[in-house]
Amino acid sequence: MTTPRWNDLRIEIIIGALLRTGVTLAAVVVLLGAVVYLAHHGREVVDYSAFHGEPGTLTSVTGIIQGALHLGGRAIIQFGLLILIATPVARVAFSAVAFAIEHDYLYVWITLLVLAVLLYSLIGSH
Amino acid sequence: MNILEFSALVGLGSMLAGFLGALTGLGGGVVVVPMLALLFHVELRYAIGASLVSVIATSSGAAAAYVREGYSNIRIGMFLETATTVGAIAGAAIALRVSGNAIAIVFGLVLLYSAYLSSRNRVEHGANLTPDKLATKLRLNGSYPTAEGVQSYNVRGVPGGYGLMFGAGVLSGLLGIGSGAVKVLAMDQAMKIPFKVSTTTSNFMIGVTAAASAGLYLNRGYIAPGVAMPVMLGVLMGSLIGARVLVKAKVKVLRYVFAAVIVVLGFEMIFSGATGRL
Repeated sequence: MTTPRWNDLRIEIIIGALLRTGVTLAAVVVLLGAVVYLAHHGREVVDYSAFHGEPGTLTSVTGIIQGALHLGGRAIIQFGLLILIATPVARVAFSAVAFAIEHDYLYVWITLLVLAVLLYSLIGSH
Repeated sequence: MNILEFSALVGLGSMLAGFLGALTGLGGGVVVVPMLALLFHVELRYAIGASLVSVIATSSGAAAAYVREGYSNIRIGMFLETATTVGAIAGAAIALRVSGNAIAIVFGLVLLYSAYLSSRNRVEHGANLTPDKLATKLRLNGSYPTAEGVQSYNVRGVPGGYGLMFGAGVLSGLLGIGSGAVKVLAMDQAMKIPFKVSTTTSNFMIGVTAAASAGLYLNRGYIAPGVAMPVMLGVLMGSLIGARVLVKAKVKVLRYVFAAVIVVLGFEMIFSGATGRL
């Protein structure tokens, strides 16, 4: 016999592992990108006092992945940040599956609604 | 200042922010944006984008530790996230349209309010509230472990809490903060959820809320890798160290010191915004 409470706890433990993995992976990728970026551009002068806008390769999901494959330092950093932003999104997607397994369809819908808002922001808001 | 120096200094500052944020429970995000804007003259939207990224990192890191203890309520979290994520996108859309000076003034006011909230003493409300119709329908009532065994609780004031959560989302997207204080206010005060459940569930929600606005900032070119990199790595490292020493430190004194810093930054942000310097 399993109680709903026990299931919830088990789901939360898996979610915890998912979050930890995502954050660790993101930090490692950002650190790698930082090494490449600082090695190439470390001596250049910075000025972030006005908005320039980042180039297209650093603002869209496909652009960032392409740039990271070409081993550009800034693109690798951005790819790491993308993993980080995707971590809560993956958590929400997993929760939808978990609620479906529990046959809690009200919460499957609520969770899919949250997922749709997140995906709109990440991909659809261009 | 060259990129190497900028990255090192911002990284160190962010580490301190993350450390104090974790120790005091107020979060590092509230001081990262003023630090970048006032000290390093970073354009406010770049600062907010970088801060959002660090908020996702610390929230997800901390949530991973909390979930094991069984305090957080994933149904309450998910239901309220429908309000915070939509609010966050609205907040981000506003931030990308209005002037930096206007954002700075709002930021300053929120800083002052957070300092006020952190200085107040909390009263735990009584258990055994009568069940609320809407909360029962949404299956929000739950239970959590206490020293005296498993304690169940009933959730109240769903519409009020939901509205406050939308506001928390707007502030998060507009200012790049976790707005954990407003989230706890909504759950603890409006919905009468036990404090321990409120704080852990709020932490759980912060990452999802921040991710909702971070996507918009990324797409519009407001997440600059050169700024976000030292901030994210610094805050993450600082908060990890902070969580470790938390047990030994005299947190009460630190909370007052941190609250005082927040008050000073709050006035500085309002002043800079009002005189049009940001």
